[in-house]
Amino acid sequence: MSKLHGYRRPHPGTQPDYDFPPYASTEKRHPKEPLVIAPQTLSELTGPIFGHDDVKPGDHDLTCQHKGEPIGERIIVSGRVLDENGKPVPHTLLEIWQANAAGRYPHRTDQHDAPLDPNFSGAGRTLTDAEGRYRFVTIRPGEYPWRNHYNAWRPAHIHFSLFGQAFMTRLVTQMYFPGDPLLEYDPMYCCIPDQHARKRLVSLFDWESTIPEQALGYRFDIVLRGRDATPMEKP
Amino acid sequence: MSLYATANQTVGPYLHIGLTWLNTDRIAAPGVQGERFTIQGRLLDGDGVGVNDGMIEIWQANAQGKYAHPEDKQKTALEPGFRGFGRVPTNAKGAFRFSTIKPGSVPGPDGKAQAPHLVVSVFLRGSLKHLPTRIYFPDDPANAKDPLLGLVPPARRGTLIAKKVAGRKGLLEWNVILQGRGETVFFDF
Repeated sequence: MSKLHGYRRPHPGTQPDYDFPPYASTEKRHPKEPLVIAPQTLSELTGPIFGHDDVKPGDHDLTCQHKGEPIGERIIVSGRVLDENGKPVPHTLLEIWQANAAGRYPHRTDQHDAPLDPNFSGAGRTLTDAEGRYRFVTIRPGEYPWRNHYNAWRPAHIHFSLFGQAFMTRLVTQMYFPGDPLLEYDPMYCCIPDQHARKRLVSLFDWESTIPEQALGYRFDIVLRGRDATPMEKP
Repeated sequence: MSLYATANQTVGPYLHIGLTWLNTDRIAAPGVQGERFTIQGRLLDGDGVGVNDGMIEIWQANAQGKYAHPEDKQKTALEPGFRGFGRVPTNAKGAFRFSTIKPGSVPGPDGKAQAPHLVVSVFLRGSLKHLPTRIYFPDDPANAKDPLLGLVPPARRGTLIAKKVAGRKGLLEWNVILQGRGETVFFDF
C-alpha cells in the first residue's frame, strides 16, 4: 500500500455547495457543520465494479421498453466518459432517468397536469465501451413546472448517474439541451458558480450521431475526477 | 490534458425511477463469511422530518478486509460473487435498512490499520451533491485508534458509530441527521 495515487480535489467554482438558498429544498437538507477533510484511503480509492451481467443489451434504448413507441421526438444521446487527465473511463456503468415528452414522470409524487405515456418509463442504463463511449436512444424530455419559486419551470434535462472506478469518482449530474431559454432561470443550473463548468452540463447538437429520417443526435461528454500524477505523500 | 470534473447535480425527487433497479439490501449472500448485522435507521432533515426521497449507497470490504476491486492488492481471499455494494432507498418515513457482514480491518494512511467500517454515500432531493460518510461498529476497540475517526471532533464521533438495539442481537441503528443537533459527520475527500 505504499503508492496510492489519490484523486485531485475539485477545481474552485466547478462544483455546487450544499447550501444554495435559491434552491429552497437545500435549506433544511444541507450540513451546517463543516465537512471533515479526510485523506483518501483504500476504501475511497476502490468502488463497486459493474459488468455485462448487470446490464441487458436493450437497456440503453428507452424507446423499446413497451409494446408501442413513446410519444415525442426521438433523440440519440451519446458521448465519452473521461477522467480529468483526458483518459477514457472504460466499462463503467451509466444510469439515466428523465420525464416523458410532456414533462411528466411516472412517479406517484409527480402531480403535474400533463399526460403519462404508457409506452415510456424514462429509465435506462449502459456500460461505456473500451474507449469510454456510451450511447442512449430516447425521446426529448419536456420541461415541467415545480414549486421552488413563482412560475418555476425546470429546463428539459436528463439525470445521469455514474460510478467510475472508485468511491471517489461517483457522480450524479443532469444533462441539458442547447439553447434552452429556461436555463438562466433554473437554480439547479445556476448553483454552479463557474459559468464554464455550468455550460459543460449543456449537451451539443451532434450532426455525426444524427440518424437521417430517424433521430437528432446530442453529444454529452462527462468528466470524472482524475488522479494526481504523484502519489500522496504519506499514503 | 487537464479537464475539470463535471459538476454534480441533485438526484431530484424522482431518483427511484432510474436507480431502483440496482437496489441491494443484502450486501453479503449466504455463505459469505463474517459476523452478520442488519443496520437500520432514518434520514432526517433539519426539522427532524424523515426524508422520503433519499437513497443510501454502501461500499465495503469482506471479513478479511479485502475489497472486490483490482486496486486492492492484498493477498487475501475474496468469496466468489461478493461485490460489497449496497443501495437502499428511504421509505415514506425516511427509514432505510440493509443487512451485511462486518468487514475486516483495511489499511489506512501511514500503514496504520483502519477500524472496520462501511463507506457510505447519501443522496437526496435538496442535496446538490452526495454526502460521503462512514459507519463504524459499536464496541470495537479499534475505533479508538482509527485514523479518520481521529480527525473528527470527539463530541461528534458517535454520529459515525452504529448503536446496538437492546435485546435484538445483530441489529444496529444508525441515523443520518442532515442538520442541527446530533448532525452526522460528513467527509470531504
